[in-house]
Amino acid sequence: MDPSFIIVQFISGLTMATLLFLVASGLTLIFGVGNVFNFAHGSFYMLGAYFAYEAVSTLHTNFWVGILFAAGGAGIAGILAESLFLKRIYGRSEEGGFQLLLTYSFILVIDDIVKIVWGTEYKSVLRPAGFHGSLEIWGLTLPLYNIAIIVIGLLVVVIAWFTLSHTRPGRVARATAIDRETMAAMGVNVPLTMTLVFGIATALGGFAGALAAPLRSVTPGAGIEVIIDSLIVVVIGGMGNFWGAWLGALILGEVMAFAVAIIPEWASVVSYVVMVLVLIFKPEGLFSPRQVRTV
Amino acid sequence: MEYRKSILSVAFVIILAVGFAVAPLAHTSGYQIMLASHILVWGLFAISFNMLWGVTGMLSFGQALYYGLGAYSVGLFVKHVGAAWFVPGMFVGLALSVVISLLIGLLVIRVGGVFFTVLTLAFGQLAWQITFRWYDFTGGDDGIQGIIAPGILSDRIVYYYFTLAIVLISIWLLLRLSQSPMGVLLRCVRQNPARVPFLGQSVRMSQLRIYVISCFFTTLAGSLMAGVDNSIHTDMLYWTTSGEVILMSVLGGIGQFFGPLIGAGAIIVIQDIVGARTEYWPLFIGILMMIIVLLFPRGVVGEFQALRIKLTSFARRGG
Repeated sequence: MDPSFIIVQFISGLTMATLLFLVASGLTLIFGVGNVFNFAHGSFYMLGAYFAYEAVSTLHTNFWVGILFAAGGAGIAGILAESLFLKRIYGRSEEGGFQLLLTYSFILVIDDIVKIVWGTEYKSVLRPAGFHGSLEIWGLTLPLYNIAIIVIGLLVVVIAWFTLSHTRPGRVARATAIDRETMAAMGVNVPLTMTLVFGIATALGGFAGALAAPLRSVTPGAGIEVIIDSLIVVVIGGMGNFWGAWLGALILGEVMAFAVAIIPEWASVVSYVVMVLVLIFKPEGLFSPRQVRTV
Repeated sequence: MEYRKSILSVAFVIILAVGFAVAPLAHTSGYQIMLASHILVWGLFAISFNMLWGVTGMLSFGQALYYGLGAYSVGLFVKHVGAAWFVPGMFVGLALSVVISLLIGLLVIRVGGVFFTVLTLAFGQLAWQITFRWYDFTGGDDGIQGIIAPGILSDRIVYYYFTLAIVLISIWLLLRLSQSPMGVLLRCVRQNPARVPFLGQSVRMSQLRIYVISCFFTTLAGSLMAGVDNSIHTDMLYWTTSGEVILMSVLGGIGQFFGPLIGAGAIIVIQDIVGARTEYWPLFIGILMMIIVLLFPRGVVGEFQALRIKLTSFARRGG
């Protein structure tokens, strides 16, 4: 195996890892702060991809404006879903199961709405101007757009980390995750915090979907694949663990990139194998010290 | 009260048995017989699923794996070996189901709550991926057609009674299980897992037991389905199948033993009426699921019982 092959696949894996991280971090954020597992998170990713398509091909906006439009649209959709539906079942007994069912119904509804609005055919979004070509370094051909994704992803990681750990809204979100009642007693509007966190997380999902749109064609039903991949990421990294999600995404992205290049037909099975191995040897996640078991 | 309750459920089983047994006599068309078989098979699927969720509190989103396992064990034997292997295929499927559910069960019960749900989903999708990609062996997206049981079972009416008998026996066994001390223990696992060790019992052992039992009957339902439709498809393993059985259970009511069966009947009849007229069936069931979860979480049977209790207490106060 020659080294240039390894480097090219590594970059491709890094691109995949960045997109996975953007989705999985939103999933982890909602779970950490709101204690909600958003089954429909992948559907917001898909919505983001369609919003980007709509902005670029129908409204003829600039690609980057389209990305922001997509993130905003997915965020608003998330805020609506949370405040109109999900909010009604907080605190109900045996809440967990019903939350899953409600977010599952979001998947079905969003999938069909997408089919009604955009049809079932594949849609494609062109790469932005200036990012069509590739970078030639040391005889390697690295697609410029993939590199752009990696850089943007790193920026988002740093911004998210800084916001969560060094700003007041971040502290409020983290404190709400630990003790909702005390936060309410201290005058924090907890329901509003949860809604906003949900909106930010779904916006991250939509952002990832829009960024991925030029690489993968946009289709309805993409939501379920994405949610399972991000689930595998959080299983590897440990749920509610920001850096765990990042490392989990990195591992899964690289494994998938090399699997696609070496055994293309069975690549989709390999990611499950990684998950099963983690479950056997460290069920609480590779980077999580605490037990996940909550029964 | 307990005594009355068990009399009621026996009465319900008898009505059910008689109702489905006389159905073919009443000038029903082949299509209606097929619909009745679907209700029976999905009813068994939903009741065994509810032993996991409604009774023990384990919401699995991967039961399609076992449903498909049953169907494909029969289908693959008939396709690769011959029609005579229909019934032996069912037995092989059931044996495989026990082995696979033990292995997967040991992995998935290590995590609780929401994680259990999503991990079962992941395993279900893995099985779907393998079936979908392994074209030479499983026929991939084409599925397997022309699965007809051999000998006397090839007759539609005979196969219907065969299905009816197996479903009724299975439902009776599950009912006995749910009313047995083990059934009480399983409810304890759902409601107060911390107290289970006080009884000298293990939460995980109970969860693993019911997981294997539930998967066993799910596989049985799947293998019966292969003969009802005479064809099988990878969709039987897809996550929407798991979602559908959840919808049936929650629609009927997860708090009652027979709720999921009623839900299965209702969904199949609605699908027959609505599904044929719209290509947006998922949108329909999504909205239905939303309405149930938000407004009627106890399901049809549960809401009906709650209404009855309210009315009797109202009548008593009035009188």
